Amino acid sequence: MPHLISQDEALKAYREMLLIRRFEERAAQLYGMGLIAGFCHLYIGQEAIVVGIQSILKPQDTVITAYRDHGHMLAAGMDPKGVMAELTGRSTGYSKGKGGSMHMFSREKNFFGGHGIVGAQVPIGTGLAFAHKYKEDGGVCITSLGDGATNQGQVYESYNMASLWKLPIVYIIENNHYGMGTPVERSSAGSNYYGRGQGWDIPGEKVDGMEYLKVQEAANHAVDHARSGKGPYILEMDTYRYRGHSMSDPAKYRSKEEVEGVKEKRDPLAHFKMYMTKTLKIPEGPIKIIEDEVKTIVAEAVEFSKTSPEPDVAELYTDVLKEEISFA
Amino acid sequence: MTNSSLISMTVREALRDAMEEEMRHDETVFLMGEEVAEYNGAYKVSQGLLDVFGSKRVVDTPITEAGFSGLGVGAAFGGLRPIVEFMTFNFSMQAIDHIINSAAKTLYMSGGQMGCPIVFRGPNGAASRVGAQHSHCFASWYAHCPGLKVISPYSAGDAKALLKAAIRDPNPVVFLENELLYGQQFDDVSQDPEFTLPIGKALIRRKGKDVTLTAFSIMVGKALKAADILAEQGIDAEVIDLRTLRPLDVETVVRSVMKTNRIVSIEESWPFAGIGSEMAALMMEHAFDYLDAPLVRVTGADVPMPYAANLEHLALPQVESIIEAVKTVCYR
Repeated sequence: MPHLISQDEALKAYREMLLIRRFEERAAQLYGMGLIAGFCHLYIGQEAIVVGIQSILKPQDTVITAYRDHGHMLAAGMDPKGVMAELTGRSTGYSKGKGGSMHMFSREKNFFGGHGIVGAQVPIGTGLAFAHKYKEDGGVCITSLGDGATNQGQVYESYNMASLWKLPIVYIIENNHYGMGTPVERSSAGSNYYGRGQGWDIPGEKVDGMEYLKVQEAANHAVDHARSGKGPYILEMDTYRYRGHSMSDPAKYRSKEEVEGVKEKRDPLAHFKMYMTKTLKIPEGPIKIIEDEVKTIVAEAVEFSKTSPEPDVAELYTDVLKEEISFA
Repeated sequence: MTNSSLISMTVREALRDAMEEEMRHDETVFLMGEEVAEYNGAYKVSQGLLDVFGSKRVVDTPITEAGFSGLGVGAAFGGLRPIVEFMTFNFSMQAIDHIINSAAKTLYMSGGQMGCPIVFRGPNGAASRVGAQHSHCFASWYAHCPGLKVISPYSAGDAKALLKAAIRDPNPVVFLENELLYGQQFDDVSQDPEFTLPIGKALIRRKGKDVTLTAFSIMVGKALKAADILAEQGIDAEVIDLRTLRPLDVETVVRSVMKTNRIVSIEESWPFAGIGSEMAALMMEHAFDYLDAPLVRVTGADVPMPYAANLEHLALPQVESIIEAVKTVCYR
C-alpha cells in the first residue's frame, strides 16, 4: 500500500509533474517550429523521479545531472521562463543563451547542471558531495545518470572514492531502458544497475520510477543514509521515456505497442491523479485549477522565450574567464 | 606586493611553500592526488603538508585520474579551491575531458554563473630516460583552450609566486612543472606570504639587442646558456621567459622583436601546432614589418620520445640546436 500524503502535498507534486510534462510538450512544438535548435532531450515519462526526490531534499542539498535536464531544473524550482528562454537561445535564459538545452545552472537553486558528456557529471557530483563533507554543511548531493552512462569507467571511479571517503551522495540511475537507440540488453552485461555498487559496499535498490510515492519513499531512506554519514547509496529508477532520445531521434528501435503500453499502464501522471481522486478524495475542482495554472505558466514561458532578445553580440567574448584579460 | 629579502631554495621547496602558505591563507584550499599525503609526494613536492594540515586537506587519492579530476571540479563548483596534483601531466590525458569540458567551459556555458577555481599541477614534459608515455609536453594542448590559464615557470621564485597566484585565481589553471627543475636551486624566492606574480606576464631574463629567444620552463635554462656562448661569439641575445602560456604576453615579445628584429622560439614539445607555431603566427600578425628574418622554431623531434640515451638527447632541444637556430636567423 502506498503511504498517505496530505492533499496539499499531493497537489503540489501533481502541479510539478504536470509542469514538466506540459513544458516539454511545448518545447517539442517550439523545436518543430525551429525556435529551439541543436540537441533537445525531453523528460516526458520520467517526471515522477525528479519531483519525488526533490520533495524530500533540504535547502543545502545539491543536484546534478546530464543532458536530459529540463525536468530536473523545473523540479529544483528554476523559473520556467528562464529555462525556455535558454532553449530558444535568448539573453534572458539561465545561461544568457550561451549554454542551451544541456547546459543550464542555478547556484540559487543548487542545481549544478546540465552536463553534455555522458557520465562526466558523476565524478563532479561526487566532488559536490566531497565539498558538503568538507564544509560540514549537512548537505547531500543527488547525482543522476542514465542507464547509458552506467558503462562509463568514471562512474566506478566515483563509486570507489565516494564509498572510501563516506561521501554524502545518492546516485540516481534513471533506467529508461535505452541509451540513445541501444536497449540495455545490448549495452550492459548484467543490467541490475542498483547492484553495481556491491563491490564498493554501496547499498542499492530498484524502484518503480513511474510512481511518485515509491520514489519519495526510496529517496527518503537513501538520502537519510547518505546524510547520516554512512556514505553513498544507489537508487535505480525503472522508468521510460515517451519520446526519442532527442528531438532528432524518431525512435524506430522500439515498437509503437511498447511505448503505448507504458503510456497506458504506467503513466506517472495518470497514476498519481488516480491516487489523488480515489485514495485522497481530492475533488476535481482544485485539480482543474492546477491544470489551468500550469497551462498559463507554460504559455507565459513560451511567450517570454519568443519575445526575449538574443544575446548582445558583445556577449560572445564575455564569461570566458572570471576577470577580463587584455590581450596585446 | 613587496619583494624584499629574497632567499635561495629549490623549485621543489618553493612549490611546497606556496601550497603551505595558501592553505594557511584560505581554509577552502586543499591538495589531492596520488601519493601526496602519506608518501609526501611522488617527487616530494608535498613534503610535510600532511603533518601540517591533516588528512582532510591533504588527500591521497586512488589511481583514478578521470575520477579525482572530476571530483576536484565538483568540489570547486561546491565552493572549495582544490589543488589537483598529477603525478605527471602524462596522466592528465586520462582526465583531459574534465579539465576542458568540465572546468574550462562551464563558466561560459553557464553565462558566468559557475566558475571553477581549481589548479591542476604536476611535472610536465620529459624527465630522463622514462620513454614516450612519460615524456610528453602538454603546453600547446592546454594553451589551445579558452577558459584555462596555463603557467609553466622556470625559477623557484616564479614557481612560488605564480603557484600562489594560480591558487588565488578564480579560474581553472593548468600549472606545468618540470621534474628536472625540482632539485635546482634559485636565489630569487620571496618570503613574503603576500607576494604573488601576475599571471600573463613574461620576464626578460637577459637583455640583448641582436636576437630574441622565447622559452619556458626548463628550456629557459638552455636558452640562457646558449646566450652566454653566443655572447662570446659577438651575438647579443635577449632571453624572454614566457612564464605564462595562456594568456601569452605577446606585448613583451613584440617589443623585444621591434628592437632585435629576429626571433627564435624554443620548446621541448613537438613542432606541429606547438607553442612555436603560435609564436610564428603572432609575429606575422604583430611584428611582420620588424622582422629581418623568418622565425625559427627549436622544438623536440617529431617522434614519440625514445628511451636510448643517445636518441633521447637527439630528440630534445639542446644548447647547440639553439645556437644553430640563432645563427640561422642572424645569417651567420
